[in-house]
Amino acid sequence: MNTEKVVFAFFIVLALTLNFGFFLGDIDNPDHHNVYELFAAILISVIATVMKFGDRTHVGAVLLATSLVADLQLIFAAMLWGAATHVFEDGMTAATMASIVSLSAGAFLANLTSVILLIVEAVTLRH
Amino acid sequence: MHHVFYLLLRRLRTPIIVLITVYGISMVGLTLIPGRDDQGNIWYMDFFHAFYFVSFMGTTIGFGEIPYPFTPSQRLWVTFTVYASVVSWLYSIGTIFSLLQDANVRRLLKSTQFARRVNRLNQPFYIVCGYGVTGKRIVSQLVTHGIKTVVIDSSQQIIDELEADELSLSVPYLCEDAADPSVLNIAGVNSALCIGVLALTIDDHANLSIAINSKLVKPKRIVISRAQSKATTANLESFGTDLIIDPFETFADHLGLILQQPYKHIIHNLIVNPKHNVWMTPHQDTSGRWVVCGYRRMGKALHKMFKQFDIDVTFIEIDHDVYDVPEGTVFGTGTEAKTLLEADIESAVGVIAGTPDDADNLSIIITARQINPDLITVARQNKRGNKPVFKAAEVNIIMESGRIIANEIYMLLRTPLLNEFFRLAREQNEEWARNLIVRISETINHAEMDAWTITVNANDCIAAYDAVMDGFPVKLSHLYDNPRDRDAGLPTIPLLIKRGRTLSLLPQGAILLKPDDQILFCGQQSAQATMRWAINNHNAMRYIKSGRVEPDGLFWRWLHERREEKKNDTNISS
Repeated sequence: MNTEKVVFAFFIVLALTLNFGFFLGDIDNPDHHNVYELFAAILISVIATVMKFGDRTHVGAVLLATSLVADLQLIFAAMLWGAATHVFEDGMTAATMASIVSLSAGAFLANLTSVILLIVEAVTLRH
Repeated sequence: MHHVFYLLLRRLRTPIIVLITVYGISMVGLTLIPGRDDQGNIWYMDFFHAFYFVSFMGTTIGFGEIPYPFTPSQRLWVTFTVYASVVSWLYSIGTIFSLLQDANVRRLLKSTQFARRVNRLNQPFYIVCGYGVTGKRIVSQLVTHGIKTVVIDSSQQIIDELEADELSLSVPYLCEDAADPSVLNIAGVNSALCIGVLALTIDDHANLSIAINSKLVKPKRIVISRAQSKATTANLESFGTDLIIDPFETFADHLGLILQQPYKHIIHNLIVNPKHNVWMTPHQDTSGRWVVCGYRRMGKALHKMFKQFDIDVTFIEIDHDVYDVPEGTVFGTGTEAKTLLEADIESAVGVIAGTPDDADNLSIIITARQINPDLITVARQNKRGNKPVFKAAEVNIIMESGRIIANEIYMLLRTPLLNEFFRLAREQNEEWARNLIVRISETINHAEMDAWTITVNANDCIAAYDAVMDGFPVKLSHLYDNPRDRDAGLPTIPLLIKRGRTLSLLPQGAILLKPDDQILFCGQQSAQATMRWAINNHNAMRYIKSGRVEPDGLFWRWLHERREEKKNDTNISS
C-alpha cells in the first residue's frame, strides 16, 4: 500500500462526495444547500487539483483538467452566492439559487469523471 | 519547457496545499465565531467577508477589523491565523526561492532556454561542440561571416568565457556534455537547418560519440572531428566523417610542404590564412639534419614526415619509457646545452621544440640558438596566451594546434572546393606554383584577399544561369568581367572548375559554362561582392555579354529602337 496513493484518492473522492452533498436537494431552495458544504467542496477540490500537479502521464493530465473544470464551476458558484447576498439588490432569489446549484452539478460531473479515471487506473494497474 | 514546468509544480505541491489549508481553516473559523455589529447585535461573518479579511491579513496588508470592530474571541482567533498564514507564506516563498537556486532546476531552465533559442534560429547553422582555442576561432570566423552557430561545452568556465566574448551574432550556448545524444538533440541536430556538426572537444571519445550520433541522424550532413590518436581517426573514418583533423599530422604535413615545396606552401598560406605573414622565404636552404625535442604525438607525426622525405633527424626525449623511439635518440631535456650538444645541434639545420610545455619549448629554442645561431627554429605553442612571448623570441615557425585545426575546418566550411584545389596543386611542380604566386600577387596587389565558390545555378548567379539556360554561350570570363568596364575584368583568378566529377586547375576564360558547374575563385575581397552583384543582375549580365548598355523599360527600349533605325537609315542613304 502506498500512503501517497491513499491520500490522493482520499482527496479526489472527498471532493466528489462533498460536491454531491451540496448538490443534493431542491434546486431552487436555499435551505437545502449549505454554504459550509460548498466551501468545503471548493477547498477540497482545490487541494485535489494541487495534488495532481506535476504528473506527466496522460491520465495525470486528464485528471488535472477535470479537476480544473470542477474548481472553475465551484468558484463561479461561490462568487455568484457572494454576489447574490451582498451585491444584487433583490438578494438571494430562487433563480440565483438554481444557477448556483446547477453550476455545482456541472462540477459534480467533472469530479465524477476524476473518480472514474482513478478507478480505471487502479484496475489496469492490478492486471 | 514542459519538463521544468512540471518539476516546479511537483515541488510546489506541499507549500500550496499548506497555504490553501491555512486559508480554509482561518475562513471557517471567522464565519463560526460570533461578533457584534455596531448596534450590539450578534453577527456572524459570511464567507465573502471572511475571504476578503483573510486575503489582506494573510499577506500582511491589514486594512483593519471590518466591517465591525472584532470581539475578543474573534481577535483571539485572528491572532492565531495571522501567525499561521505568515508562516505558511514564508514557507511557500522560501520553497520557491530554493527551487530557483536548485542546481538541477537551473540546469533544466538553462537547457529549456537554450532549446528555445535554437528553435528560433531561422538560418542554416553549425553545431560546435567544444569551445576551446579551436572552437573559439571557428565560431568567431563563422560569426564575422554571418553564419549562425550553436555552442556546447561541458565546462562552465568556458561557457562563462563565451558569455563574455562579444560576438556580433547571438550564439546559443549550453553547458552540457555533447557526447550525450539528448544534448545534441536539443542543440538542433535533428533540425533541417543544421548544416554541420563540429566535434572539437579535447576528449577523443566524446568527439567519436558526437560524430556517430550526428551521422546516424542524417548521414549526408557534414561532420568534422578532431582526433588525437590513430585509432580514433580510423574509427571516425569508418562511418564517413567528412573531415578528421589531427593537429600534429596536419602540422607535420605543413612542415613537410615548407621544406620540400615552399612555393606551394606559400599558396596554401596565401589562400587559407591571408592575414598571416609567410613563415619563411623559399630561398632559404632547408636541406640538412633536424633536431626534434619530444618524441610523443607530435614527434611521431614529424618522424613519419621526415622519413617520407628522407631527411635526417635526431630526437631528444626526456622519458626513457617511451616505446619504439628511433635509433640515435638522445635521452634528456632539450633545455640543457649538454643534451643539445649530444644531439649534435651544431651541424643541424633546424630545431623543433615540440614538448607539451611552452616554457620548455622557449628555453630549448633559445639555448639551441646560442649554440648555433643559424638554426631554423620551430616551436610548438600550447597555450594561447603565450603568443607574445613566442613572437618576441623570434621563432621562425610557431605551431599552434588550435589555429591549425581552426584554419583547416574554416577552409572546408567556407569553400569545400579549396580542399580539392590543394589536393590537385600538390601534384603540380614548383615552377607551376611559382607562376601562380606571381599571378596571385599581381591580382591581389596588397588588398585583402578571399576565396569563394560560385555554382552555376539559380541560387548563386541567377542572371548568368538564365543566360546559360537560354542557350547563350556564357564564357567563364563573363563571370569575372567588370560590370562597369567589361574589358577590364575583376581582380580575381579562377582556380578550379568542377563539372560533374571532373576537375580542372586554372581554367581558361574561354571555357563555356554549363549548369551546375562549380568554380573556385580567389581574388580581392571587394571583387567578390561586385562579382556576385553582376552575375545576379540581368542588366549587368546583358552588358557583359554584349558590351552595350541597353535601355531598360518599355519606353526607353522603344526610343532606343527608333534611334537605331534612324542610324541605320542614315547609314544606308549615305
